Amino acid sequence: MQKRALVKTLGLTFGAVLMTACASNGDLAEGGETQPLDAAVEENVETKGVEGQAVAGEQVDAAASEAQAALMETTVFYFDFDNTTIKSDSKNALIAHSQYLAANSSARVVLEGHADERGTVEYNLALGERRALSVSRFLQANGTAASQIETVSFGEERPALMGHNDSSWSKNRRVEIKYQSK
Amino acid sequence: MKLLIKFVFLSLLALQARAELVIEITQGKQSAIPLAVVPFEWKGLKALPENVAQIVANDLGRSGYFNSLPKSEMLSLPNTEEEIFYRDWELLKQDYLVIGNIQDDKRGGYVINFKLVDVNTKTILMNQKLTGGASALRDIAHFMSDRIFAALTGVPGAFSTKLVYVTTNRERTQFNLSYADADGAREQNIFSSKQPIISPSWSADGKKIAYASFESGRSEIFIQEIATGKREKIASFKGSNSAPAFSPDGKKMAMVLSRSGNPDVYVMDLATRQLDRITKHYGIDTEPQWMPDGKSLIFTSSRIGKPQIYQVSLADRKPKRITFEGNYNARARVTPDGRKMVMVHRNGDRFHIATQNLKTGVLQILTTETQLDESPSVAPNGSMVVYAASVGDRSILAAVSLDGEVKFRLPSKYGDVREPAWSPLLK
Repeated sequence: MQKRALVKTLGLTFGAVLMTACASNGDLAEGGETQPLDAAVEENVETKGVEGQAVAGEQVDAAASEAQAALMETTVFYFDFDNTTIKSDSKNALIAHSQYLAANSSARVVLEGHADERGTVEYNLALGERRALSVSRFLQANGTAASQIETVSFGEERPALMGHNDSSWSKNRRVEIKYQSK
Repeated sequence: MKLLIKFVFLSLLALQARAELVIEITQGKQSAIPLAVVPFEWKGLKALPENVAQIVANDLGRSGYFNSLPKSEMLSLPNTEEEIFYRDWELLKQDYLVIGNIQDDKRGGYVINFKLVDVNTKTILMNQKLTGGASALRDIAHFMSDRIFAALTGVPGAFSTKLVYVTTNRERTQFNLSYADADGAREQNIFSSKQPIISPSWSADGKKIAYASFESGRSEIFIQEIATGKREKIASFKGSNSAPAFSPDGKKMAMVLSRSGNPDVYVMDLATRQLDRITKHYGIDTEPQWMPDGKSLIFTSSRIGKPQIYQVSLADRKPKRITFEGNYNARARVTPDGRKMVMVHRNGDRFHIATQNLKTGVLQILTTETQLDESPSVAPNGSMVVYAASVGDRSILAAVSLDGEVKFRLPSKYGDVREPAWSPLLK
């Protein structure tokens, strides 16, 4: 009985949480699939409640992982000249990568730092390295283990674009996240 | 004054893909001395493999100190003192004359007798006999240029020196470390890789080259013996290993390692492989270079936010900033006399080669025609700086004299040429 009561309580709690979520989140409510759940909770509290929890969980996870996957499609992050600061528009995607890495402890990444051709070869090698290290620190601050990250710099030796102009240079000052295992 | 003289040096063995550097003099000294190198007499049956007089004329002309008279403008072609009609050379306003002959030494080699003549005083300044093996004509010619240059300028000639540099294809899928005469002739690849090669630098005795190679996927430092091709990996710590610089006595090597998580300057004892960390700063510290006395290093640091040159004595380890003009000064190289350094200097949005007097701090920009100038390397006689620059959409080698008066380029026919390093004077 104790067990049943617990399940019942859980079911109710999840139902309530879901409803709260529906109420506060238009996107989820519009899906319309929350409705049978409400009914299930009412009709068969003991068993369906648990099932409802599972279904609801999948729904939320799917949406979140879809969003994460979309963000993780961005694997190249750009920098300003002679600068190693991560740009604010890079942060959401980097957070998505760090959350994925935190959740998948066997995943490994190499962060490849690059510079544009302006300035000297060795200074640019160091600049590429510091850009990779900036990204590494950001990932670690957001939950990635240091052991999952390797950094390497190619300086100005491996440009993404071969042009000698601002538009090429802006694409060459970058860090690329390369997954060795996912 | 634009001379725009083109000398094409065709390599005898064009089997491998080569950069084939071609010298173009773009600017000579206003005060260049007029000099004529008369074709040397040769009575052999077979044509000589090299035109010695032409090589000497080219060497001296390329130095910017001399204007070599083209053969087509000569009024007579003397080979001996008796054959000289001084009025011909006075008419042509020539100050000096080089004459001579080449003989078979009966053992497959050559004997060259040459005289350096002062047209104004009608005196013989130099009378020498040089000998060499069958394949040594070009070496003999450069040696002769060195002697003549030293006699007339008081500065040792650097025509017998070598260059190493990196050549790559446009796609950056092939990298070669190339070795050639200082005029770009006789190029050979001494190391090739599908991965980048950077920062070649010579040992003081001219027998070894150190460089950073990415062949393992990240930069590691190697030392290669030039004569044998034997190479040894000497730094492959975690992170980047780069910017090697042999100490003047050849016993140590300054280098940049990021093993502690940030690029810092270290000195390695080459015999024991023991590391001595020289800089400890969260900024970038890189591009170390020894002062000629071996007691201090100069290096590039971003410790104030933008790259500037610092000097650190190995005794007190306290870096002292030495560049103050502009917001980007990097990759300094010191002249052999220790009086000046050359470096990459940002002027507005352009990167140029500049020189700074180490005593007075006065900075002078040497290059203006080329763009994205980098990797300056000073000739061992302190007369010229060779550097890599962008011209059109190609990376080429160019050179400028320390006073900015003489300029020449070594564009290649194929791909990009980068990272030149001028050898010491070779024995």
